Amino acid sequence: MRTIAKVLARRIGALAVTLLAGGLLTAVLVRVSPGFDVDERELDPRLNQASRLWIQQERAGNRNILAFYGRRLERIVLHGDLGTSTSLDRPIAQLLRDRLPVTAQIMAIGVVGGWALAFALALPSVLCRSVVFRGLAGWSQQILLCLPAAALAIVVFDFGGPVRALVALAVCPRVFEYLRNLLVEAYAQPHILTARAKGLGGGVILARHVLPYIAPQLLALAGVSVSIAFGAAIPIEALCDLPGIGQLAWQAATARDLPLLLAITFLVIAVTQICNTVSDWAGPGEKRI
Amino acid sequence: MKNRIAIAALLGLALYPARAAQPGTELRFCLRAEPKTFDPLLVDDDNSETIRYLTGGVLIRINRKTQRLTPELASSWEIDRHGSRIVFHLRPNVKFSDGTPFSAEDVAFTMKRLMDPATHSPAADPFRSSDAPPQIAVPSPLVVSIAFGAPVAGLERLFDQVAITSARSPLKIASVLGPYYVTEYKPGSEVLLARNPNYWKVDPQGVRLPYIDHLRLEIQQNRDIELVRFRRGELDLINSLDADAFDEMSRLAPSSVVDAGSSLESEMMWFNQAPAAPLPAYKLAWFQSTAFRRAVSEAINRADICRIVYRGHARPAEGPISPANQFWFNAALKPHPYDIASSRRRLEGDGFHLRNGLLYDRDGHAVEFSVITNAGNRNRERIASMLQQDLQAVGIHLNVVTLDFPSLIERITRTFNYEACLLGLTNIDLDPSAQMNVWLSSAADHQWNPNQKQPATSWEAEIDKLMRAQAAETSDAARKRYFDRVQQIVSEQAPFLYLVTKNSLTAISPAVQNSAPVALTPQAFWNIEVLRKTVLSAERR
Amino acid sequence: MTRPGLTAILVLSALFLTAIGSAWKGTTSQSRQFRELPGARPSHQFPLGTDDLGRDRLARLLFATGISLGLATAAALVATLLAAIAGGAAGYFGGWWDKCTVQVIDLLLSLPWFFLLLAARAVLPLNAPPLASLVLTYGLLSALGWAGPARVVRAGTRRLRDSEFALQAGAQGCGPLRILWRHVIPNLKPVLLAQIWTTVPVFILSEANLGLLGLSAGEPYPTWGNLLRELQNPFSIRLEAFAPLAVILITVACFKLATPREELPI
Repeated sequence: MRTIAKVLARRIGALAVTLLAGGLLTAVLVRVSPGFDVDERELDPRLNQASRLWIQQERAGNRNILAFYGRRLERIVLHGDLGTSTSLDRPIAQLLRDRLPVTAQIMAIGVVGGWALAFALALPSVLCRSVVFRGLAGWSQQILLCLPAAALAIVVFDFGGPVRALVALAVCPRVFEYLRNLLVEAYAQPHILTARAKGLGGGVILARHVLPYIAPQLLALAGVSVSIAFGAAIPIEALCDLPGIGQLAWQAATARDLPLLLAITFLVIAVTQICNTVSDWAGPGEKRI
Repeated sequence: MKNRIAIAALLGLALYPARAAQPGTELRFCLRAEPKTFDPLLVDDDNSETIRYLTGGVLIRINRKTQRLTPELASSWEIDRHGSRIVFHLRPNVKFSDGTPFSAEDVAFTMKRLMDPATHSPAADPFRSSDAPPQIAVPSPLVVSIAFGAPVAGLERLFDQVAITSARSPLKIASVLGPYYVTEYKPGSEVLLARNPNYWKVDPQGVRLPYIDHLRLEIQQNRDIELVRFRRGELDLINSLDADAFDEMSRLAPSSVVDAGSSLESEMMWFNQAPAAPLPAYKLAWFQSTAFRRAVSEAINRADICRIVYRGHARPAEGPISPANQFWFNAALKPHPYDIASSRRRLEGDGFHLRNGLLYDRDGHAVEFSVITNAGNRNRERIASMLQQDLQAVGIHLNVVTLDFPSLIERITRTFNYEACLLGLTNIDLDPSAQMNVWLSSAADHQWNPNQKQPATSWEAEIDKLMRAQAAETSDAARKRYFDRVQQIVSEQAPFLYLVTKNSLTAISPAVQNSAPVALTPQAFWNIEVLRKTVLSAERR
Repeated sequence: MTRPGLTAILVLSALFLTAIGSAWKGTTSQSRQFRELPGARPSHQFPLGTDDLGRDRLARLLFATGISLGLATAAALVATLLAAIAGGAAGYFGGWWDKCTVQVIDLLLSLPWFFLLLAARAVLPLNAPPLASLVLTYGLLSALGWAGPARVVRAGTRRLRDSEFALQAGAQGCGPLRILWRHVIPNLKPVLLAQIWTTVPVFILSEANLGLLGLSAGEPYPTWGNLLRELQNPFSIRLEAFAPLAVILITVACFKLATPREELPI
């Protein structure tokens, strides 16, 4: 128990350090990037000099990046206040709340759909004796891995396909290969061969013997596939105009919206780290796909 | 197991939400991004402006079709001969959307708030002809007088941008005088509006306007998705179409697209002439030479840009004012001709010479410069590519650099670390006084050489004089003479190289009646209150 | 090497030679605008037709092949070198060095990389040639892309560090650096070679994604990524516009088929 607590504490500590470092790095990058404290409104010919000065001073508060970062951290940690987006003029917590469901939906479809598809191809390719089927299953996944996700998104969109299901096409090939190898190894186990020889049904063997055998690796894979789904969702949302976190991140980057970018960076780091932690704990050793 | 699969399938279906239609007729179109504000006095982006247009009641409206001033909440008005005081006579028996009566007090409240420096309203600066705040008097519930410290050029038209808000309504800015009011805002998704039951306008038969009960404005950044949805019948209009999309829709559904002729949008390029710019002196000398600028302009094939980039839905630009601006356009001006021979002659006359197909200045520097433009604008990137090939013909090597918008703004407004810039221009306001900050040499938007203490050239001094004269003048005919001369100087000196004026392209479903797209924004729904919507048969869709 | 692997290598060699040949021929043919023929269908003169500015699609595709393939390979070499240094050191020395490296890797994999690219492009001098912008893009890809391979190198290094021959070298008096240089790194070659072969297609796909987002080379330089932008116009897509996608698919598939196995000699 004490060991688990110690490990947990160490992981949380590592997460906190990564969050702090990642947030600071993002803040510095945004601060030093060109166009940080300019505003599109300065191009408005209606504005007089006083109005332009006021617009410039509005952004002056964020110029000292360390002070800004300190203030933001203090607000987030002590008051749970993520601040206000400078480009959208809305509370960041509300923006994230509004958009997380879209990204969560896309990821859920992606992970569930990707796994379902991967299982649907991997299981028959292990059990089926047909070389053609095995070849087709394998090659179809390889083709998906060889195509840029953004191009796939655009082509699916152009032909009226379900863009929200695109993440499944990013997750499936990465899961398929590993899943197939696991199933091959599992079905070759002596106790499963015995069960088959004794006439147990395929479904029972799968549910009672194969899946429990490979459960730890599946859990590790699940953790990583959530991370893959998150990574794939972001450019897909930006390209296909889906109002999720990915599109918000893209808008924040192009508008140099420092408070919003910081919040999104924290979110991305946290999700990635949690997925990797689950993967590390559940799986044996250094499993990565 | 089977139950779990069924639930998963249902979840999958549930994850594609269908939007429930509202009762009554509903008009659906898109906003390109989130509106930044619902406060009509703080509007400074297109999407918020759309909301303001649909919900705001104004005293005077610029009719988008005739471009004339029409009385709205003010049934009449008078301006003193100096142009510094205006008296409005308001319509009686008008109410806000929540039933609060409208009176002169609301106008006074709105103007005070508008002119309050703490409000920082973008619409206020054009009114600020002097440092003194305006004197607002309410001699009666239906009369309001506003006196400014100094004459305000084109005073009446400025009220087209001022939506009157209530001084007394508990709903504050949510209570409106326009044809619609906002019922719901789903961030990232849509804005829903409903018909204002107290809207003051009626049609000739006495039916209260607007005809359409609801508006659904969906937030959709991607133009291709917007077009696909229009084709599927999920949207009723697209306010502004790209030329590619227009041609495609012309092929598929010719009755649903309208080319309303020249818009107020153009593409232009300018050279950095600021003495403080971190450029080599020889490059600054090129850019400051009128002959060089005219030569570059004459090397650009504007007709090709219109034909290839805009598929014929554009025309070579004559100057800063589009032909769509019926009164202020100088019809005597012609676009700079595409004439390589003339271009070469001008360059030779200015000391440049060709050697092995490359152009050199008198000191032997190869003529090479960069043009910055904003990334992500396909048409502008295409124009930049075409400029590269065009200028090659006169031996000029052009480097195209696409930057994201904040980086570009920083270079043209702060650091002046650029050589040439290719951008678009939209004159939202017809009156040239709206462009004072562009033409005055001391102004910040005098892009090629802003914030001058003294005019750097005699022609800039002349423009300063002419712009101030037209701002102080009350006679439109006199103002037009002054501004025609400004346009002529700009054409001769070419501080801006005007490339093309784009056409106003819209898509409107045949189900929408009484539509009459125009060049001025909002092109497709400027007459929103008289639009009707019918149900189309499957064949007509 | 298997027969598919050999075939893949032959195809890749043909692509490389085509790329070199195209670069040798020069850049004018790919940027020349035949303005009287915008959007032309495939013909004898233009086997893949012309794009919307009248530029020869085939010439641009050949040019893009050189750029994308060449720079992706160079970036993969750099990334693998960085991975070898960071992952090797972390796996060999362990302890705090290892922990810090793992943290840095996790951090790099979590950062908004597209923003780095936006910012980096904006600071380039204006008269930097478009090739500089491209080199910077791929440079950033390699600066960020070493993190994944570093994990694999780290795992391999740890196994080699604990191998019998390494232990024997230590017992015989070899210092840690000598063991690392003379015994561990040479035996990491299969892993490093596999990582190069794995990373090139990753960078090809990354550049393609960046090009579609408008973050790749500026005009008039074509890359596979920015050629794919033709697909973004759903109403005037031609079959010919899919040619870059097909070339990417073939190239990446060939790299996967030809990737050597990561076998450590223990």
